[in-house]
Amino acid sequence: MKLFSKVGLVAGIALAFAVPAKAQELRIGFVAPMTGIFAQIGKDMENGFQLYLDQHNGQLGGAKVTFIVEDTEGKPPVAVRKAEKLIRQDKVHMFIGGLLASAGYALAPVSSRLKTVYVLSVSAADDLTQRDLNKYPYIIRTSWTSSQPHHPMGQWACEQGYKRVVTIAADYAFGHEVTGGFQKVFEDCGGKVVQKIWPPLGTKDFGPYIPTIKKDADAIFTVMVGPMALQFPKQAQAAGIKTPIIGGGTSYDEFVLPSMGDEVLGHVSALQYSAAIDTPANAAFVKAYRSKYGKVPSYYSESNYTTAQMIDEVMKRNKGKWPGPQQFIKQLQGLKLEAVRGPVFFDDMRNPVQNIYIKKVEKKKMFGYPNEELWNTIIKTYPDVGQFWKYGKDKFLKQPVYSRDFPPCKYCE
Amino acid sequence: MKAKVIAVIVAIIALGAIAPFAGSYVLVLMTQALVLGIIAMSVDLLLGYTGLPSLGQAAYLGMGAYLTAILASTYGFGLGGGFWVVVVLGMLAGAAAAAVFGLFAVRAGGVYFLMITLALGMCVWGLAYRWNSLTGGDNGINMPGRPEFGISLSDDLNYFYLVLFFFVLSLGALYVLVRSPFGRSLVGIREREVRMRILGYNTWLHKYLAFVIAGAFGGLAGVLWAHLTGIVSPGDVILTTSVDVLLMVVLGGPGTLVGGAIGAGVVTFLREYLATVVPWWQYVLGAVYVLTILYLPGGLMGIPARIRRRKNAT
Repeated sequence: MKLFSKVGLVAGIALAFAVPAKAQELRIGFVAPMTGIFAQIGKDMENGFQLYLDQHNGQLGGAKVTFIVEDTEGKPPVAVRKAEKLIRQDKVHMFIGGLLASAGYALAPVSSRLKTVYVLSVSAADDLTQRDLNKYPYIIRTSWTSSQPHHPMGQWACEQGYKRVVTIAADYAFGHEVTGGFQKVFEDCGGKVVQKIWPPLGTKDFGPYIPTIKKDADAIFTVMVGPMALQFPKQAQAAGIKTPIIGGGTSYDEFVLPSMGDEVLGHVSALQYSAAIDTPANAAFVKAYRSKYGKVPSYYSESNYTTAQMIDEVMKRNKGKWPGPQQFIKQLQGLKLEAVRGPVFFDDMRNPVQNIYIKKVEKKKMFGYPNEELWNTIIKTYPDVGQFWKYGKDKFLKQPVYSRDFPPCKYCE
Repeated sequence: MKAKVIAVIVAIIALGAIAPFAGSYVLVLMTQALVLGIIAMSVDLLLGYTGLPSLGQAAYLGMGAYLTAILASTYGFGLGGGFWVVVVLGMLAGAAAAAVFGLFAVRAGGVYFLMITLALGMCVWGLAYRWNSLTGGDNGINMPGRPEFGISLSDDLNYFYLVLFFFVLSLGALYVLVRSPFGRSLVGIREREVRMRILGYNTWLHKYLAFVIAGAFGGLAGVLWAHLTGIVSPGDVILTTSVDVLLMVVLGGPGTLVGGAIGAGVVTFLREYLATVVPWWQYVLGAVYVLTILYLPGGLMGIPARIRRRKNAT
């Protein structure tokens, strides 16, 4: 008994001396497009992370953060080069970011090769945390998979009584995966996708596509990205289309919403974040972000802000000391926290489980701002949505990844 | 002339000697510069010796790189001793593509040649971008790993020496080529094609062969590039790669072979380090190009000659 207390005393003294040493350094690399067509989105991503750092005196969990931003120019090979630079030269503990799915697919192997943590704070390519996860032991995703919000979207559309839907989506992996998720759930619920249109990514004129949209459809489901999102609703309205328009998250996220006009009023989309979430946490976030950067935060900003918060939590548990890549991933995966977007935790494939919001574009005043503006008002919340929806992991992973041809268009006319 | 050859040999040996002591990122950059050096030399064969400014050289890099990536990821081929077969196949693929494109391009000269090679290069980019089932489209293809045959190329130093080996081989082969009668006739074509034709040379054939040979070295660079970056994507095959390579040659000094390699080294290091220092690094690089063209028509390789001339004048 006496012996034990002595050992305990010694251990206690040792701990007391060991822990409160001087602040440790945490080196974080950040890769995002800073030039090129996606530069603005890259800026939104960086701003989100930076805001959290600024609010916490440049520290995460007691560690002094060295934050190094590198420009990917929106090109996967450049992203790889920059990640290599961050790891080999700047000796970062982890790197964050990557916008397009292609960047995620390019960066994940770098994390395996150089045994460095890669936090996917935006890149949504489904398979990285699904069928390919085993190849990438050092990645974790803090954002979403492309199909994750669109499973509930399919359910919601079905519950609205829509029977026949036309999809029009940007023709690349992200567009395929978003459409696939929507179609799968919508059809399993009894709806029918009767036509799928694939304009190329970056289409500026929908003139050739709009007249081909079936007039007798109950709704049009769109997946637009960047400037495409602005163009389609305008042209659809000009063409006199009265069919309700619903869409994937990026068709109406806050990155494009402020540039839109009244033509998008009433359009519905789904995502894990809306700037109009009516909680004190989000109100504070929107106000802080807007006063600093002059615009409403998009999900790109929120996702990186929350990523910083998650790293903060993990580092707090380690009292500011870097726990090593494996431990870091494990502890991050074990987190359960109240983020700006709502409660978030991780599934066993290192993808977040979170609220999915069905949102309707409305013109109104929010958070005490004087002008009427467009906001993504939440009309329904699906809590704790994971990447496999209600199919269960094993069953879901047996089917191929969503693509242009999967699910097949059984009801196309 | 002899002094120059010795200088190059000394430089290459020095490069090989300092490699083990270079930081791991610097080593990657050195490897990258050598691969780009190979393709820059292939462009120099066209621009510097034959007088054909090609803006589509990335297409052959793409042929080599995609061939390597498809063989490795789909068939698991080329990750052992098969690597050497892939090198040959990559060169053949580059040469074959150039042989087809050459039929269109070599008919024209000057600006028209520039435009045609640009357009053909974009065709290859378009294929890489749109042919999803083969090339993975926008996502590109991830390489499963570097080859291993007795020595493991996953070790960056080993890979550097392999690339250096191919670089020396390419430099040697092209050096012999440009000094051969065939190379001399290329220079003749550059200087005055009509006269060469009157002298009885089939100038079309000469230019066509130079174009195909340049394509083969482009393919070789592609094979090495694929294993260097670990990913092959349309971003490599895009026009800017071709432009970069052309500018490397102009910067280093056209018609000198090593000039292209020096240009590749300067651009690679300048780009990486400038980008970390200033966000508007592209302007700096642009200014360097403009100043070179205005004040150093012979490129960096032209500097010694200029100094000598200055000395003689005074």
